[in-house]
Amino acid sequence: MSEPLLQADGLVRYYQIRRGSRLFSHRATLRAVDGVSFTLQPGRTLGLVGESGCGKTTTARLVLGLLPLTDGEVRLQGETLPKAGSVRWRELRRVMQMVYQDPLAALDRRIAVGQQVMEPLVIHAIGAPAERRDKALAILQAVGLQAHHFDRYPHELSGGQRQRIVLARALVLSPRLLVCDEPISALDVSIQAQVVNLLLDLQAQMGLAYLFISHDLRMVRQVSHEVAVMYLGRIVERGDPDRLFASPAHPYTRALVSAIPAAHRSARQRLILKGDPPNPIDVPTGCAFHERCPIAVARCRAETPVLRPVADGRHVACHLAA
Amino acid sequence: MGEPLIDIRGLTVDFDAGQRVVRALHGVDLAIQGGEAVGLVGESGSGKSVTWLAALGLLGNRARIGGEVLFEGRNLVGAPAGELEAVRGAQIAMIVQDPSSSLNPVYRIGQQLGEALQLHRGMNGAAALAEAARLLDRVGIADATRRLRDYPHELSGGMNQRVMIAMALSGQPQILVADEPTTALDATIQAQILELLQEIRRDSAMALVLISHDLGVVAENTDRVCVMYAGRIVEDAPIATIFEAPAHPYTSGLLAALPDLEGPRRRLLAIPGVVPEPWNLPPGCSFAPRCPEFERACEASVPPAIELVHGHRAACIHARSGTA
Repeated sequence: MSEPLLQADGLVRYYQIRRGSRLFSHRATLRAVDGVSFTLQPGRTLGLVGESGCGKTTTARLVLGLLPLTDGEVRLQGETLPKAGSVRWRELRRVMQMVYQDPLAALDRRIAVGQQVMEPLVIHAIGAPAERRDKALAILQAVGLQAHHFDRYPHELSGGQRQRIVLARALVLSPRLLVCDEPISALDVSIQAQVVNLLLDLQAQMGLAYLFISHDLRMVRQVSHEVAVMYLGRIVERGDPDRLFASPAHPYTRALVSAIPAAHRSARQRLILKGDPPNPIDVPTGCAFHERCPIAVARCRAETPVLRPVADGRHVACHLAA
Repeated sequence: MGEPLIDIRGLTVDFDAGQRVVRALHGVDLAIQGGEAVGLVGESGSGKSVTWLAALGLLGNRARIGGEVLFEGRNLVGAPAGELEAVRGAQIAMIVQDPSSSLNPVYRIGQQLGEALQLHRGMNGAAALAEAARLLDRVGIADATRRLRDYPHELSGGMNQRVMIAMALSGQPQILVADEPTTALDATIQAQILELLQEIRRDSAMALVLISHDLGVVAENTDRVCVMYAGRIVEDAPIATIFEAPAHPYTSGLLAALPDLEGPRRRLLAIPGVVPEPWNLPPGCSFAPRCPEFERACEASVPPAIELVHGHRAACIHARSGTA
């Protein structure tokens, strides 16, 4: 296998916060990401799923160096990611780009979209102005827009078109990795399919790798070569999407999959979890999931399970997984 | 089938946008029987929420409403404010997408529930407090009496939505309109809330109108679904029919655009183009420019809803020839 494009090794991000009323406050640690490791090969997609607050977005920001790591290491093309803001980091940012959830918020409303697509070329001082324009026009075409969209403003475009602009801007530097944080959640169902198909086509043409973050398990299965399920800052299950969703091994994955409302469901019983996910400040001892887990045993309260390989090549962090 | 509980006939909504008047709803017909669960699906701007906001007189004076909303022998369209207030909350209750912005952040949960109980059922003091605790318990909030003293920010999103449901139940309504009640919530919490709505319906014979963009949510929680597009109901059918034999190309398109969780992965069939803007609708059928079965006749006039079999209507000229 070729050299991995991206390696995340034991990523940790803690926040020190103060709790309680001002006079009697004490320090507490919020464990946003607590030991996340994965590798991503060129041209492949890793889907990251989990509920809000599980650390998906924090992981994405750590990978890009947009947040400093508390511990762990990110390697891009085999090179340790340098400190954010350093010259080398800026150079490496050409290789990795981010696509955000809300395209309207990610674009500047007062600048024509074509200018915004050219902006990364200006920042990295690539090409003469005329060449930049040609490059931007070519990228607009690649994402399914036309030349006349170049001079439009964000408010003149539909939601799907705006997300295409955000994609074009990310792609204009010919990156190898695109970190997509809920890239289709803000779009209507009929438009989601258009954008997902576009992402798959672009991957096939340009050999892009995606870190695809979403809470929509069906869309994640559609685009991913591998899926990682996060719960309270840790990966609890990782593996092939078809197998993982067809027969989830971790009880949390099982609950997540069974929670999806389905039109034509094979009479599968729904597993309804009690309560809300715990606060990442008060992560339960042992397995973080044990308080909501229907099959927890005494060991789960005492000992934190590590992510380990199981029979079919998938990785599961559960004492009871075979 | 008896007399419907609520009968919406030819409901239209025009918004006065200063320069022009924009029609958002183009004659919606929707009858709901007592105890029935009906889903309304469609993309943003299709008119699913506007239908109910108009029916309950909640759109403000910039909106001009036409048609009829018949409920218990009277027409709610143009009814005096006092009469509408007696219906809203008490007989027809509504919960919306974002629970945290629907609750007042500076009042305790108990006070807000108490206000609803006083308004709808004239309860005060200890009786209201006891009833508020009973309602919180009913929606699955543990330790209800203590929770009454909490502020909304002390509860999670799922818990706040439970409080909203408790408040909606406070008037013992005959119809609950739930507008995207779980869109802002996580998957496992969404499952809890939908389960709760089902449970309440089993116990109280209340009718449920579930507005959602998610066909899966509607499929699991209602008996019948109305698909809306650009301010019209384009198909109205029992759940099983919608999935097995959709008659309108838009419904088929929506189904093909959804990925599966099981079976082989296939390329999604996206519906080309975008939803037309309400002030710029194409002639004839609004879906015509995006429709794979388009022909010239589609542009001639707006296709009326045709009853294909009993209980299955579709507004498409092709539906007649039995594409279902």
